[in-house]
Amino acid sequence: MDWLEIGSALFLVAMMVFVFPRMRQALKYAPKGTSQDWIGLLVPILAVIGFVILLIMMV
Amino acid sequence: MNNPNISVSRTQESLLSTNKVLKNTYMLLSMTLLFSGLTGFIGVSMQLGYGGALIADIVAIAMLWFVLPRTANSAAGIPVIFAITGLLGLGLGPILNHYLAMNPHIVTTALGGTGVIFLGLSGYALTTRKDFSFMAGFLMVGFFVVLGAALLNIFLGMPALALAVDAVIILIMSGFILFQTSAIINGGETNYIMATASLYLSILNLFQALLQLLGAFSDD
Repeated sequence: MDWLEIGSALFLVAMMVFVFPRMRQALKYAPKGTSQDWIGLLVPILAVIGFVILLIMMV
Repeated sequence: MNNPNISVSRTQESLLSTNKVLKNTYMLLSMTLLFSGLTGFIGVSMQLGYGGALIADIVAIAMLWFVLPRTANSAAGIPVIFAITGLLGLGLGPILNHYLAMNPHIVTTALGGTGVIFLGLSGYALTTRKDFSFMAGFLMVGFFVVLGAALLNIFLGMPALALAVDAVIILIMSGFILFQTSAIINGGETNYIMATASLYLSILNLFQALLQLLGAFSDD
């Protein structure tokens, strides 16, 4: 394992430590979505998936 | 009794303020993207190595965590956001060099694809005016899990896991774009410098993940 991998691993650990309290806060205080909200999210996400597949086929 | 004129005036005031945040965010975002494109070009020309890129990324993220939140409410936030995006752009140097040497078409496709996804998702959030604040917990958990998987893959070195991480990053960053745009529209985000930082990071991560995914699936 070289120093670049160690540096990258430490960087990711630091990011996880930084993100963790924000994740807990978001889980505690963010409003809960209804099934209608989640269905509304499906449209753009499926469009992104379809578009990425198209790009993969192009290269 | 409530005066309807006052209520209408407040609504218009709030709408004007939202439009101002949105306009300033997109203006600053386009300038920071151009600037990081320039520093990315410098990184490519300098043949910056992965070590140099890692240092640039670490300094940029440290500034994002510790300096930007203290300066975002003043004019000092502008040079800070340019410094962060410039360093992150510079950090793209080695990965861009790698794919430009492999097949330049991959880089242009990833760049165009990122632009289309960002404009499409922002346009969707702007036209539907839906509130995506319910996604906050889901996105943060997803991001945390992806960081854990990326960390694990440094030790495992599994190409399939790397591809899965890239695919999930694309979906999570798409979610962040919807979430952040809807936060600006619905008044959840009133600071255009912080909004720019958030959207910039989503675009940058989206671009990198798309580039790696296209690179892995290309014929070269």
